[in-house]
Amino acid sequence: MDLRIHRRALLLGATGAAATATAGLKAPAVAQNAPVRLGWLATLEGPFATGGQDGFRCMQMLLEQHNNQAGGRRIEVVRESSNAQADVALARARKLAEQDRVDMIIGPLSGAEGIALRDYSRTLAGKTIVNGSSGASDTTLRNASPNFFRFSTDGVQWMAGLGNHVRRTMNVEEVAVLAGDYAFPYAQVFGFSLEFCRAGGRATYLFSPLGTTDFSSIIARIPRSAGALVVVHGGTDGLAFMTQYAQAGGNLPLLGGSVMADQTMLSARGPHRRIMMGMVSAGPLADVHEEPSWKEFVARYRSRWLNEGGFQSPSIHGFNYYTAQQAVLMALEQVRGDLSGDQKAFQAALAGLRFKNVMGADLHLDHNRQAVSDIFLNRIEERDGRAQTVTFGRTPQVNQTLGVPEAQFLALGAPSRDNTGCVAAS
Amino acid sequence: MSGGRPSPAALASVALLAALALLPLLIPPFWTANIFGRAFVYGIVAMSLTFLATYGGFVSLAQTMMGGVAGYVAAVLVPDSVPSLVGGVPYAAAIPVALLAATASGLLVGAVAVRTQGIYLLMITLALAVGFHLFAQANIAWFNGYEGIRNVVGPEVFGLPFRNTFVFYYAALGSAALLYALVLYVVRTPFGLVLQGIRDNPRRVSALGYDAALHRIAAFGLAGFIAGCGGLLVTFYNIGISPGSIGLGPTVNVLVMCVIGGLGHPIGAFVGALVFTLFDTFAADIYDRDRFNTLVGAVFLLIVLVSPDGVLGLAKRAVAPLRGRRRVGPAAGAAPNTGAPLAAEE
Repeated sequence: MDLRIHRRALLLGATGAAATATAGLKAPAVAQNAPVRLGWLATLEGPFATGGQDGFRCMQMLLEQHNNQAGGRRIEVVRESSNAQADVALARARKLAEQDRVDMIIGPLSGAEGIALRDYSRTLAGKTIVNGSSGASDTTLRNASPNFFRFSTDGVQWMAGLGNHVRRTMNVEEVAVLAGDYAFPYAQVFGFSLEFCRAGGRATYLFSPLGTTDFSSIIARIPRSAGALVVVHGGTDGLAFMTQYAQAGGNLPLLGGSVMADQTMLSARGPHRRIMMGMVSAGPLADVHEEPSWKEFVARYRSRWLNEGGFQSPSIHGFNYYTAQQAVLMALEQVRGDLSGDQKAFQAALAGLRFKNVMGADLHLDHNRQAVSDIFLNRIEERDGRAQTVTFGRTPQVNQTLGVPEAQFLALGAPSRDNTGCVAAS
Repeated sequence: MSGGRPSPAALASVALLAALALLPLLIPPFWTANIFGRAFVYGIVAMSLTFLATYGGFVSLAQTMMGGVAGYVAAVLVPDSVPSLVGGVPYAAAIPVALLAATASGLLVGAVAVRTQGIYLLMITLALAVGFHLFAQANIAWFNGYEGIRNVVGPEVFGLPFRNTFVFYYAALGSAALLYALVLYVVRTPFGLVLQGIRDNPRRVSALGYDAALHRIAAFGLAGFIAGCGGLLVTFYNIGISPGSIGLGPTVNVLVMCVIGGLGHPIGAFVGALVFTLFDTFAADIYDRDRFNTLVGAVFLLIVLVSPDGVLGLAKRAVAPLRGRRRVGPAAGAAPNTGAPLAAEE
């Protein structure tokens, strides 16, 4: 008890002092000497632990580059970890905001967590949440929150360009879409189908639950008339499907979702590597991209992290967290570290940012504080003795509704198994 | 409670309740809502298991599922939830329906598991819990799959939003105290005594003419109601519910809370939930952020090693020498809470 009373007295004293300092003096000098407290939230446990670690790596690299300073104030980081579950992410965010008293949170990593934190951010007057790498479209598309910002593109946006590539460049009329049976693949399927069906394509959808190991019944159901396969599986599901499809002698051209053509898949050994060479996918980044800023970023990442458990090339999560923190630092510079007035100036600076991310893509936020940026078409090629994704096309300035007017897009409903976005052009 | 003078235990309970009611004046809001408030609501779910395990001898892993049923029913019914599946039902109507559904789910689990004991009961309830979790994750029409149902903000109390720190704290404290009193009352009724009889010797209870199966099912129903109250409060606290909240992790966490606190008396569930919440929140500050679960696990092991009957057992052993000296007969008969530790029952 004693300890708590002390603690409370201390807090009272501190808040009292802070209140007089801000109200009485209104001196920016006082505020600027105190560090900005930044909360990092990513998944260091559970299925996306490697992605969360990579997010922290990239943000640390960026802070080191800035000498832990922005807008004349020192940056202090408080790290927290969740396990990709919404309620755990929420408990950690509450601790960051209410106990550790951070000024802003960068995170979380996965879809359901993002929606939970978006809801929480509404109650957090005077603080800001900048999304880390979560990619559910509803986080910003429906019921957007005024202090939740997302500088990464979502799962629907990531598929931009792929549908047109299949229908127009490859001239395929009918495809089979194989996808996992949960929210992220739904969003990716939606993004692909919206373009592909508008361009006159037809698709058969074969969903299978996350964690499927035997795909033989799915492979048997691929229609004979299909001219290509679109595979929107990730992780072990993707590997299992590719291996079994290769062993079954499959030879249709392959297209992949954004987490399909991923280093975890490409570095695994097995028959899937043969059929994955030349596979086309779409996403916000690639391993090899002829842009000086990207080459410099990858080189910096490799020299900093390759010997400390890093990947061969930054992961999508690392890239997203890096971009989010870039935006935070830029906005802090603009307001010269001034977070007074419930961070209104800082949030306005965030909302008004226009910059090029390390992929060299122009980036700005829309009215829901959601990123509009370029999406790349990638092909898997053999480079430096290993399989890597290489960019060969770019869809500029993809917004959250893929160019469809927002009201019309919202009327289509949220992506699901029964709402694949395959509607012919009217 | 048994007429005349109140027992020391009752006096202590009232004093503890008064202390907890005044607590928010002394501690920062974060501690009020996110340590104590959270410990109360998870403690309620844990207490439903303690009730079954202590007085019936049934270790069930389906308590999180029963709480989840209440959470999901409320989430589907209430206004402003996202996505709105039914919506528009006011909280005053949605909450009783949700509790009814949780009670029904408890009865159902009890009926399905009525002929199993020990490890088999554990397995069948685990199977039901995991089955419900996977069903909620796969079903889009009613549960909205993996993302679950968000923006379940809870009812307004006296014009204040439920997520107001103090509203939440006192709602959690009030519910916990009422349900705690309910459990203590029920175990002294004839029903509760038969339940303890079933725990100790089901065959003899049957020979006396009681329907053991019916009593078991009813006990699961009551546990379902208690878990449902906890599940509802957890759902309001989390501003929604998703399959992650009723998965294997949370299910095991409830068991961990019960074991840390000690099976033996319902208060153990709350002690365990408080210890668990403290470590879950602050372990990352004490120990390496990448590996703080190691610390949580080590503390759990330590408590179980040092005191197989949890924190309660530690406390009991600490005060036993003091008590021994001034023990004077009849009060001991009324207290049912000295039941044998669970392990000794097989």
